[in-house]
Amino acid sequence: MTTMIRHHLSDQLLMGYSAGTLPEAFNLVVATHISMCDECRARLASFDALGGALIEAPEMASAMGSGALAATLARIKSADESTAVAPERKASKAVLPQPLQDYVGGDVDKVVWRNVGGGVRQAVLPTSSRASARLLFIPAGAAVPDHGHRGTELTLVLQGAFSDEEDRFGPGDIEIADEDLHHQPIAEAGVDCICLAATDAPLKFRGLLPRLAQPFLQI
Amino acid sequence: MKSGADAALAEECAQDVMVTVWRKAPQFDATRASVATWIFTIARNRRIDMLRRDRRPEPEELTWGPEAEPDQLDSIVLQQESARLVAAMAELPEKQRIMIERAYFGELSHSEIAEQTGLPLGTIKSRIRLALERLRHTLS
Repeated sequence: MTTMIRHHLSDQLLMGYSAGTLPEAFNLVVATHISMCDECRARLASFDALGGALIEAPEMASAMGSGALAATLARIKSADESTAVAPERKASKAVLPQPLQDYVGGDVDKVVWRNVGGGVRQAVLPTSSRASARLLFIPAGAAVPDHGHRGTELTLVLQGAFSDEEDRFGPGDIEIADEDLHHQPIAEAGVDCICLAATDAPLKFRGLLPRLAQPFLQI
Repeated sequence: MKSGADAALAEECAQDVMVTVWRKAPQFDATRASVATWIFTIARNRRIDMLRRDRRPEPEELTWGPEAEPDQLDSIVLQQESARLVAAMAELPEKQRIMIERAYFGELSHSEIAEQTGLPLGTIKSRIRLALERLRHTLS
C-alpha cells in the first residue's frame, strides 16, 4: 500500500501514540497513517522500544506489594479467565485502511455523508470529546473553505490529492497544521479527494457564511 | 506503572500485565521486539483499558508473505540494540530523561506537562527533541 509518501508523522505524534496519551481522534489518524506507511511503522517500533527501555531502567522498577507474586500466581493457575483472541485482519484493496473501517463499519460505500456546501461532504466519526475526527469528501477541483486553527489539525489523504499554500498532499501524506497555518486546501483535478481530518479545537473560518454554519456542521 | 493511578490500581494493573505476559508468552516474537518492549505495549494497553482512557486503534497488520523462519541473528541484534538503548537512556542529561519519562508514564500530553511543571511548552518540546537526537546519535 505504500506509495511515495512524502509527509510523515511527527516525533511528537508517534511518541504520544506509543505512550497512549493522544486523544482518540488523533490515535485514529496515526493508526491509519501507519497502516499506509512502512517508514512510520518502523519509527513507531523505535518509540515502543524507548518505552521498553524506560521500564527496564532500574529506577523505574518500583517495588510491588508483598502479596503481589502470590496473587499473580493464583490468577495464572485459575485458567478460567478467557483470553480474547484478536480477529484476523486481512489485506484488501479498500480505500479505508482497517482502523478506519472499524469506525465506519465498512469501506467508503458505507460512509454516511452530509453535504456541507460547495460539493464538499463530511462524516463525523464517533470518538472521545478531547478531539474530533471526520472524513472529508472534496470533489476533484473543489476547495475547502479557507480556515485557520486554534489547536492542532491533522489531515491524512486517503484518496486523490490536495494542495494548499504549504505543499501538495497525496495518498498517505499527512498535513500537521497548527495555529500559525491559515490555509485553503484545493482538491486536484482528476480523482475526488477523500481525507481523514482530526482537530483538538474548532477551526476558524475566514468567510462569514462558514462561521455561521460551523455549529451545525460540528467542525 | 506509577501513572497517576493510585497504588492499588497500579498494582492490579501490574498483576494483570504479568498474567497476560504468562498467557501470551507463546505469541512473543524475539525477532520483532525485545521482551521489555513487548511488556511495555501490553502494560500500555491494559492501562488505557483500566483508566478508560481514549481508545487507541491499532494499525492494520502487515501482510508478510509466507512466514519466514525466525532468524536467530535478528533476535541477537535486537537484544544488543535494546541494551544499548537502555544504556543511552541512562546517559541522558537528567532534565531530558525526566521529560521522556513524563511523556510516557505521566499520562500527560506535552501541553499538560507544561501546565503541571510551569515550564514553557517550547522548553518541554526542545528537551524531548534534544533527548531523541542524542539517543539517535548514540545508536547510529
